Amino acid sequence: MTMAVQSSFKNMTLCLFAVCIVSSALLAAVYAVTKEPIEAANHAKTINAIAQVVPEFEGDPALSTIEVGGKEYSYYTVSKAGEPVGYAITSSATGYGGAVTLMVGITSDRVIYNTTVLSQAETPGLGAKCTEPEFADQFKGFNPARKKLSVKKDGGDIDAITASTITSRAYAKAVETAVTVFDSITAANTADVDAASGATSECGGQEAENQETK
Amino acid sequence: MGKIQLITKGFVKENPTFSLLLGMCPTLATTTSAINGMSMGLATVFVLVLSNMAISATAPYIPDKVRIPAYIVIIAAFVTILQLVMQAFTPDIYETLGLFIPLIVVNCIVLGRAEAFANKNSVVDSACDGIGIGIGFTFALTLLGLVREILGSGSAFGYKFITGDGILVFVLAPGAFMALAYLIVLFKKVTAKKGE
Amino acid sequence: MEYILIIISAIFVNNILLSQFMGICPFLGVSNKLSTAVGMSGAVCFVITLATLVTYLFQYYVLVPLHIEFMQTIAFILIIAALVQMVEIVLKKVSPALYQALGIFLPLITTNCAVLGVALMVVTNEFSYGGEPHMLNLAESIVFAFATSLGFGLAMILFAGLREQIALNKVPKPFQGIPIALVTASILAMAFMGFSGLV
Repeated sequence: MTMAVQSSFKNMTLCLFAVCIVSSALLAAVYAVTKEPIEAANHAKTINAIAQVVPEFEGDPALSTIEVGGKEYSYYTVSKAGEPVGYAITSSATGYGGAVTLMVGITSDRVIYNTTVLSQAETPGLGAKCTEPEFADQFKGFNPARKKLSVKKDGGDIDAITASTITSRAYAKAVETAVTVFDSITAANTADVDAASGATSECGGQEAENQETK
Repeated sequence: MGKIQLITKGFVKENPTFSLLLGMCPTLATTTSAINGMSMGLATVFVLVLSNMAISATAPYIPDKVRIPAYIVIIAAFVTILQLVMQAFTPDIYETLGLFIPLIVVNCIVLGRAEAFANKNSVVDSACDGIGIGIGFTFALTLLGLVREILGSGSAFGYKFITGDGILVFVLAPGAFMALAYLIVLFKKVTAKKGE
Repeated sequence: MEYILIIISAIFVNNILLSQFMGICPFLGVSNKLSTAVGMSGAVCFVITLATLVTYLFQYYVLVPLHIEFMQTIAFILIIAALVQMVEIVLKKVSPALYQALGIFLPLITTNCAVLGVALMVVTNEFSYGGEPHMLNLAESIVFAFATSLGFGLAMILFAGLREQIALNKVPKPFQGIPIALVTASILAMAFMGFSGLV
């Protein structure tokens, strides 16, 4: 096969235009087909993360946001038999290689149920160990009222990862932020306990899907 | 050249990584483990085969002067399709490889094969060429990933065989350069012996 | 203060060549001589900053309002290709001297993944500099892009200087060419690791 076509301004423009149109049409079609699976995958990921950090719950977790100290935090309320059992709060702090973003589950009695890392870019083999149970399990059942949420070096009760104090500090800081957010949520709830009884729970799940699509 | 030869040449003779030294960015960046290297390689195979076929089919109708932009658009379209499909069905791998999936667009191997092979050969031959070169690339990435994983984290394909850590530097950036340097030297030695 | 952190982080800590592995092709390809390395760095600097400005505006004023973010990759690479062409034409007319210095590198830049990489990074990644992680705004993106390209230049020029010295030495035969360059790059990357944790 040879290059049979001579280049002229007309056929060059036409050709590029045609290639762009066909490619765009193809992409639009693939986009339409994959849209739902992508949303489902994102939704499943969020639900998975929530299920890891809070006790057993029923129905879809409801997404809401709250402003604490000038910054908006998003959290999911999970409930069982109509009663809220806890909150899964997203919070982050700066570690060694960027932000460490966590999902922190706190039960209604203000005890941390569990934590999971949503994203981190710490050094592999050092700070990245914060995703491993040896470090992360310290936060299981951690009661911030009895123990101090900071690494031992800073006078707290968290064993830092060897040679990764900055990451450990960031992790503890993010959990601490989540506790602050939890306090604001409960304060807001007791303030208007009559008004807000479960009104947002239905549309919340829908919003959750859109929010997490990045 | 027979179809079989088209497929096998990518392993040694025209291995894109070890002998042609193309596509170095994903080679160094995504080979922190054997699985990651292999995923990146397979993602590239997908784009390479489809774009080779599409370019081979359309080449006779594309005026010579705009062929490069036209090829880039075609390649970018397939890369985006890959992005969408991966987001839908393998979101974890998509997240691990991150930016290097859209960056397949500027991988010299893909555009290089379009220019050097696909626009002069039949669709079937171009597909075989894509598979051959792509598998060679995947092989190289998996091997580099495996070496770095064994040395750096003491595991192979995710199975840990030592307790504790490996030589961490091999998972980090300097280890990537170093491991690739030694693999190329080994590859040169082996192929030089064969040639004699 | 944040701008200073962005600059230090982009040049030293997250050096695009030595820790992100983008733009390795020119890094290995045109680093034989110091003069060509300087030329390439200049051209890359110019194109990355300009491309990031245009793609940033395109992302937030065209793709997002139209809800066609999935066209991102294809649109960005076309913008970069067109931009490189335009820069070439303008440079030829306006400053023949500069064109002489940078001209031969321009066609190579379209397929330099650092350009597309930075353009994509600023619209998809969240960055954190001490405070909360966030998406960069326009001014921060430009500073980030420019600082990244300075980091590219720094690594490139250091590397070319080292390679010029190595060329004078006896290197074992299998290591000649690319392998010894990679070993050099590895040691340079180790040196740059010393900067990590700075920001």
